[in-house]
Amino acid sequence: MANSDKNKNPAKGDVQEPGRRDFIVVATYAMAGLGAAAVAWPLIDQLNPAADTLALANIEVDISKIAVGQSITVKWRGKPVFIRHRTADEIARANATNLDDLRDPQIDTARAEKPEYLVLVGVCTHLGCVPLGQKTGEVRGDYDGWFCPCHGSHYDTSGRIRKGPAPTNLEVPPYSFLSDSVVRIG
Amino acid sequence: MSANQFKSPVVRWIDHRLPVFSMLHHTAHDYPTPKNLNYMWNFGSLAGLSLAIMIVTGIVLAMSYTAHVDYAFDSVERIMRDVNHGWMIRYIHMNTASFFFIVVYLHMFRGLYYGSYKAPRELLWMLGVVIFLLMMATAFMGYVLPWGQMSFWGATVITNLFSAIPYVGESIVTLLWGGFSVDNATLNRFFSLHYLMPFIIAGVVVLHIVALHRFGSNNPIGIDTKGPQDTISFHPYYTIKDVFGIAIFLLLLAMAVFFFPNAMGHPDNYIPANAMQTPAHIVPEWYFLPFYAILRAVPDKLGGVLLMFGAIAVLFILPWLDRSPVRSARFRPLFRIFFWLFFVNAIALGYLGGKPAEGIYVILSRVATAWYFLHFLAILPLLSMFETTKPLPKSISEPVLGSSGRSA
Repeated sequence: MANSDKNKNPAKGDVQEPGRRDFIVVATYAMAGLGAAAVAWPLIDQLNPAADTLALANIEVDISKIAVGQSITVKWRGKPVFIRHRTADEIARANATNLDDLRDPQIDTARAEKPEYLVLVGVCTHLGCVPLGQKTGEVRGDYDGWFCPCHGSHYDTSGRIRKGPAPTNLEVPPYSFLSDSVVRIG
Repeated sequence: MSANQFKSPVVRWIDHRLPVFSMLHHTAHDYPTPKNLNYMWNFGSLAGLSLAIMIVTGIVLAMSYTAHVDYAFDSVERIMRDVNHGWMIRYIHMNTASFFFIVVYLHMFRGLYYGSYKAPRELLWMLGVVIFLLMMATAFMGYVLPWGQMSFWGATVITNLFSAIPYVGESIVTLLWGGFSVDNATLNRFFSLHYLMPFIIAGVVVLHIVALHRFGSNNPIGIDTKGPQDTISFHPYYTIKDVFGIAIFLLLLAMAVFFFPNAMGHPDNYIPANAMQTPAHIVPEWYFLPFYAILRAVPDKLGGVLLMFGAIAVLFILPWLDRSPVRSARFRPLFRIFFWLFFVNAIALGYLGGKPAEGIYVILSRVATAWYFLHFLAILPLLSMFETTKPLPKSISEPVLGSSGRSA
């Protein structure tokens, strides 16, 4: 705010230190800026999820009816979640994979609390499409997990990215087993 | 003004090609303003601020509102309970609507008192009346959106005003409703128009300001500025005065929002709309009450509607009803008395509009309605013919500086 023209004292003709007027002007703008920010925040924050949206942020799923080798898809926070009851062969292959072959190295036991049940957010980490591989007869990709038809990402039986443009593995949502038959997602 | 007076080379480069900065500078900085404006001249900028607050909070509310008869009420309750800061944003929107009318009414009374509607500012005044009409339509449709009992029955009563029109009235009302009663179609179109109209108001505000800047502001003594000695630049003198007014305004608005958010509303609007039952005592929002009193004062359907709209229409022709060449009431002793009578009468109409239409209230409403029209149609024309006005000062400077103002 310091305006050198205004600080010239006509009597002396020299330049003074910033005076009281500059202080008041700077203080005024600073207060106005703080006020504007304080008003802007509620208007921006209202875009965030509302209390009722947050209240619906977890679901409970009965997994006792999923046969070995079968997958189900449930909706959690508006997105598909894949739950696959893996076969012993699928688990073995996931464990046998060399971590050096992975783009986003992660061991299978870090991705599945119980090895039989793999729980994944069914959204390709490339650009958000839903990969194929849940239903019988769908393409499962080169690694027998999931295949995203949008841009050709291949995921293995642990949901890890193996081939294609996706940068990271399929996300594992927070979940816990409430009992042997019920899993709580979120 | 030359573009090279801006310091920043970027601003200079843009302004040379697109002179927005020169225009702003001309409109809000250099603009020569009479140096004797009092605080009654603050209400224009306050009205502009109110419009801005309404548009910003309104856009935000529309993000969480659902314009459907089955969801509207619940979506408003969701805004109040679940949306982050939703209660505050809605209370700001609700209360700023009332404050908008308060400042606009004060702005209008200022114009009436100081003769701001007189030549050469007739169109400026008429554009103001257009803004007032648009505001009333916008406020009415906004009040329908929460879909409470008052929303529903207010919409029913006000749209039914048009049924008073001979022959085509019923068809017009059906057209307005998009059905045979106020229903989902009505709610949807009201939401659409409620969102649109503030932007039309903003457009008319631009015209209002263009017309204002043609001859500049009127002033408390109502004589033309005679030269630079009678004016000061808008910035910083009136920007800082407007900012001071804005601070007071926001203080009062915050008080209403945080301590009495529903004081100017009606509790029945927190009951969901029910097409089967009218509340025992329905009243419009307070800012419509004077006109509502006029509507009810007339024991005839068409007559009541005509007088109510006539009460606003008469404002359009005001510059030709008051033909006195003296603008400011300061120099019109009789006009000043009648102005204050009119003011009290307008407040009385507002009070009566909120009372039940029975007994003494009906009689008083009729007297007040008659006085409202007498003031415009008889008193003002007669005063302009017979009133002896006080001598006007030679210039704006004279009353302050004595004879030195004359020689300037």
